[in-house]
Amino acid sequence: MQNQQDVLFQNKVDKEIRIEPKDWMPEKYRQTLIRQISQHAHSEIIGMLPEGNWITRAPSLRRKAILLAKVQDEAGHGLYLYSAAETLGISRDEMYHQLHTGKAKYSSIFNYPTLSWADMGVIGWLVDGAAIMNQVPLCRSSYGPYARAMVRVCKEESFHQRQGFDILYTLGKGSEAQRKMAQDAINRWWWPSIMMFGPKDDESPNSIQSMKWKIKRFSNDELRQKFIDVCAEQVKVLGFTLPDKDLKWNETRKHYDFGEINWDEFWQVIQGNGPCNKERLEARKKAWTDGEWVRDAATAYAAKNKAA
Amino acid sequence: MRLNICNGTQKFMLNKIEFLLHLADNALIIGHRSSEWCAHGPVLEQDIAISNIALDYIGQARNFYQYAALRLNELPPESSVFNLPATEDTLAYLRDANDFKNHLITELPNGDWAFTTLRIFFFSSYQYFLYQQLIQHEDAQIAAIAEKSLKEVTYHLRWSSDWVIRLGDGTTESYQRMNTAINALWPYTQELFQENNFLQPAKNILAQIQIDWNEKIKNVFEEAGLPLPEKSIQHKGGTQGFHTEHLPIILTEMQLLQRAYPNCEW
Repeated sequence: MQNQQDVLFQNKVDKEIRIEPKDWMPEKYRQTLIRQISQHAHSEIIGMLPEGNWITRAPSLRRKAILLAKVQDEAGHGLYLYSAAETLGISRDEMYHQLHTGKAKYSSIFNYPTLSWADMGVIGWLVDGAAIMNQVPLCRSSYGPYARAMVRVCKEESFHQRQGFDILYTLGKGSEAQRKMAQDAINRWWWPSIMMFGPKDDESPNSIQSMKWKIKRFSNDELRQKFIDVCAEQVKVLGFTLPDKDLKWNETRKHYDFGEINWDEFWQVIQGNGPCNKERLEARKKAWTDGEWVRDAATAYAAKNKAA
Repeated sequence: MRLNICNGTQKFMLNKIEFLLHLADNALIIGHRSSEWCAHGPVLEQDIAISNIALDYIGQARNFYQYAALRLNELPPESSVFNLPATEDTLAYLRDANDFKNHLITELPNGDWAFTTLRIFFFSSYQYFLYQQLIQHEDAQIAAIAEKSLKEVTYHLRWSSDWVIRLGDGTTESYQRMNTAINALWPYTQELFQENNFLQPAKNILAQIQIDWNEKIKNVFEEAGLPLPEKSIQHKGGTQGFHTEHLPIILTEMQLLQRAYPNCEW
């Protein structure tokens, strides 16, 4: 009986027993995971674009090699995540189709442009930093393949964050022009970064069920606060400021208070009206369409060789 | 066979430095081109593969530049045409196009996947045979870099051979695209074996490399069902600093920050 299965399933989740691909699971659980994991995979792939943009312009050979390796890691993350989603009964081609037709979303942060070298630093520090804050709890996600993929992703992300911090630290110790470049990048990326935690808890419709299923462990607002508390301290070490006049330590709450997020901008970018939504999706579609003949040739060759 | 570069005098040291810069420039420029595919590959696994190859090339370039810088910094300043002290970055970022000694084949735009993989196939075949010679180089540092790089190049060669075969023997479209790529790239292949001042002592080995290279191309093309091209005009000059219009554009992009904000740490 479905009802009894639901109860058994929830018992397993409550006891922290991992759900594996062949186990019974509620259809809604499966769909939620497909949505979340594929969205995460798409974010990795789309996320390669704004940083990939600066590989050919990296200011030293060392930075170039690190950035290239970093963007390549993101492709690797996409690969593990697509594979994890495939265990739930959806193919990679179907997920791409959903991305290309706009049905599937990806993290809105990648719809902002990378305008200077300092953006590479800020993406590592803030964007990867926010991603880690979101993703570390996912290493304990109730779904086994997702949790295991996330362990590896998080290890690499923490390296990415350090390289970003290091870029900014170096710029902070540099010339006036370099410091200006870094502060400008922080100013542009700060608010979009804290939007990465999603809407406020009372406007986040999927959260309650996801917490119950232990797909999600902390609320959007909890994670956002934790991130802001960390960054407010780190920015002092870097010698820059965060562009929020309301940011200040609240002794009673033992947290930083912060200003009002521009939720209109948040929803606009999600709806496809951000500065680079169109370019990002077009770039992915172009890579996919231009690559079609290559994939066809590889398939044809493999078929011939199998027959032979 | 040994590269018989005498390092007893400054002149010969300059020759060696030029040779190192030539090796580094080749790796850097083809690495730059390969890195342009990152995030734009035809399928995720191949995006990762070509980014990895780009990383290998950039790593090779760094090793050769670092060693060239070390040797340059030992020379009396008046004998050097470069800004001293040299580093891997002054050599990559502060030389002009006509100082670059890379082969023209490395700087051509990527074109499609057929052009890209065929270029890497032609170039890595060359590197494969060249580095096999260089591991016996009398200069232990050059030999060590060659040995490390040879492992990478062996993979590049296998990967690119597989693509040439797969596309040659894939669909009608992939066969045609591979043919187009052969005709476009062939005029840039013979420069790889052309002698010049700093390669002079390597004359004998270049002749041998050319023989091995021809054999490799012939075998892979045969398996791919691709025709060997007829004799065609051949473009040369890269090693002497006469480049295509593409190199200055690559350098404008690559050197942007170092040129716009001189003397900064990054």
